[in-house]
Amino acid sequence: MGTFIDFISLSDPTSRYVIIGIILLTINASLVGSFAFLRKKSLIGDAVAHSVLPGICLAFLLFQTKNLFILLGGAAITGWLSILSIDLITAHSRIKADAAIGIALSVFFALGIVLLTIIQNSAIASQSGLDHFLFGKAASITRDDVRYFAIVTLIITAVIIIFYKPFKLISFNQDFAVSIGLPVRFYEFILSIITVMSIAVGIQAVGVVLMAALLITPAAAARYWTNDLRIMLILAVVVSAIGGVGGAYISYSATNMPTGPWIIVIISCIAFLSFAFAPNRGIVSKMWIQYQNRKQILLENILKAFYHVGEKDNSFLEMRKPEDILNRREFSFSKLSEGLNKLKRKGLLEKQNNEWKLSSEGLSEAKRIIRLHRLWELYLTQYLNIAEDHVHDDAEAIEHVLTPEIEAQLEKLLDFPSTDPHGKEIIY
Amino acid sequence: MIIQVENPALEVHDMTVSYDRRPVLWGVDFSIPKGHLTCVLGPNGSGKTTLIKAIMDLVPKNSGYAKIFDQDIDDVRDKVSYIPQRGSVDWDFPASVMDVVLMGRYKKNNIFNRISRTDRINAEIALEKVGMKAFAKRQISQLSGGQQQRVFIARALAQEAEFYLMDEPFAGVDAATENAILNLLKEMKDEGKTILLIHHDIQTAYDYFDWFVFLNTRLIASGPKETVFSEKTLSDTYGGKLSLLTTVGELLKEKKLPVRE
Repeated sequence: MGTFIDFISLSDPTSRYVIIGIILLTINASLVGSFAFLRKKSLIGDAVAHSVLPGICLAFLLFQTKNLFILLGGAAITGWLSILSIDLITAHSRIKADAAIGIALSVFFALGIVLLTIIQNSAIASQSGLDHFLFGKAASITRDDVRYFAIVTLIITAVIIIFYKPFKLISFNQDFAVSIGLPVRFYEFILSIITVMSIAVGIQAVGVVLMAALLITPAAAARYWTNDLRIMLILAVVVSAIGGVGGAYISYSATNMPTGPWIIVIISCIAFLSFAFAPNRGIVSKMWIQYQNRKQILLENILKAFYHVGEKDNSFLEMRKPEDILNRREFSFSKLSEGLNKLKRKGLLEKQNNEWKLSSEGLSEAKRIIRLHRLWELYLTQYLNIAEDHVHDDAEAIEHVLTPEIEAQLEKLLDFPSTDPHGKEIIY
Repeated sequence: MIIQVENPALEVHDMTVSYDRRPVLWGVDFSIPKGHLTCVLGPNGSGKTTLIKAIMDLVPKNSGYAKIFDQDIDDVRDKVSYIPQRGSVDWDFPASVMDVVLMGRYKKNNIFNRISRTDRINAEIALEKVGMKAFAKRQISQLSGGQQQRVFIARALAQEAEFYLMDEPFAGVDAATENAILNLLKEMKDEGKTILLIHHDIQTAYDYFDWFVFLNTRLIASGPKETVFSEKTLSDTYGGKLSLLTTVGELLKEKKLPVRE
């Protein structure tokens, strides 16, 4: 607990810069990545991230310095070249975007590894440390680095606030943006500049290999929680900052734990939790809806079975044994008793000595479902030209779907028919 | 038969457009009058969408030009509204109906401004006209096909343009939406607006529109309904591509020769 307080209060000067630096990097990456994600250009970020490596190595070879500003300048140049080469390949050859991205990524990365090996085998002093760009080394972020990062974050945030409207438009409907005369190519140019900037500084924390995850995963997670672009951007920033601080804390408190990979692991966990638990879009919420649907279908089918039994001897409010219902329609015994009890709680059934009968509300609900079933059968035979003996299964499913509005439309369309295609009565 | 008009709303002059060297529009040349509902008819792959995109300068041309109100498209973009095919965008984008309609208010000179009250009022009026006011806050991924089309039309209305280019506004919409759109088009025509749209159903096209452009890579006919709508035009348009023209197109692609020097 002591370490956590030390950590979070930024009292330890070395971890102070690490934490601030990481937060700045994650803000950049998640903002820029959100637009890449929405423009379905997620993989471009991956290509750029891998392509900055040769730039870093070349800058080091040329200037013989590890000054971050110079190295990042080299990174930006080759990162930018990779975007350009992807555009050129797709525009002037039969190679499609996905393959072009793959080509650019691997060629630039291979070149970077070759240069890195040359540097490591050379006698240049102060060569060590360049391989940190491969997997990142957040723990080495210094006060001067933080200053660079802060400037980049300031630029990127300002650009996104200023260009929010045009970026939103070209992400949703680029042709329309061109049609109203907006300089779309210029906006794309700005977007790629800030993409390259965010990647060039971001590899400090997570390295070129994991950079794409830092760009895209926060956006993918945030998309699950909101339908508002502004909120999505803010959530993406929050998600990635949590990952950043979490990763930094783990490597601070446990010995020999890498920061970058932990950042990605935490962000990915948040993403998986989002896929699972987000309202409406999440898996759990979808499963819950399906469970509710199955329950509703079971209850409605039991009510229908009561009605059918009643229809046979023309007495709907008679007491029935569970076996009478099972004779009419197949239910598993446990499902039936579960359903019977639920219906009783809803006041649709009444119970006496293990015998059940429809309440008056239950009867009208049963009538409603039967009516929907028979109306739908009639609709299918009349409007879809489906044979009378083929419509039952369809109606079994659709009767649970139809809303009162559609029921009204059906009744009007079919002119309040009195019997279904099988001659059974439709009661209103 | 090609009827040219004086003082046209749109003049397409000798336009050739190709994809991968194979021409999809070949020497198309026609003009349409102001204040009319013009319908472009032609089979799948006949270059209808390409025609509209070339007019808007969204695809490069090999030759020719399009002029709207006798001006280059870049000089009249404020007066022209383009409605792309509904399927050309991802409707799962995080935006509300209102957000999309407000995009119709974006202009070159206000793109960096905050959205104004006038913009909002205009967008609301546009939504009301297409019967979607109640859906203003709805997320666009929850809309039906017909509702998506209405939103696109509302966005176009919010542009307050003079000339409308619509790519398949009736594709995949329900009967109620088709009627609503049609009534709107008539209303716009009565206000003096010019509309050029792509349609796929010959029967309803004949009932709804008064000026026709028949297209199948080459221009078949262009003119008022009474003059150009005939068995002959239809069979020329839908009777398949000219096999010689197709062969030459394939040859251009194969030998990597240009369609214009």
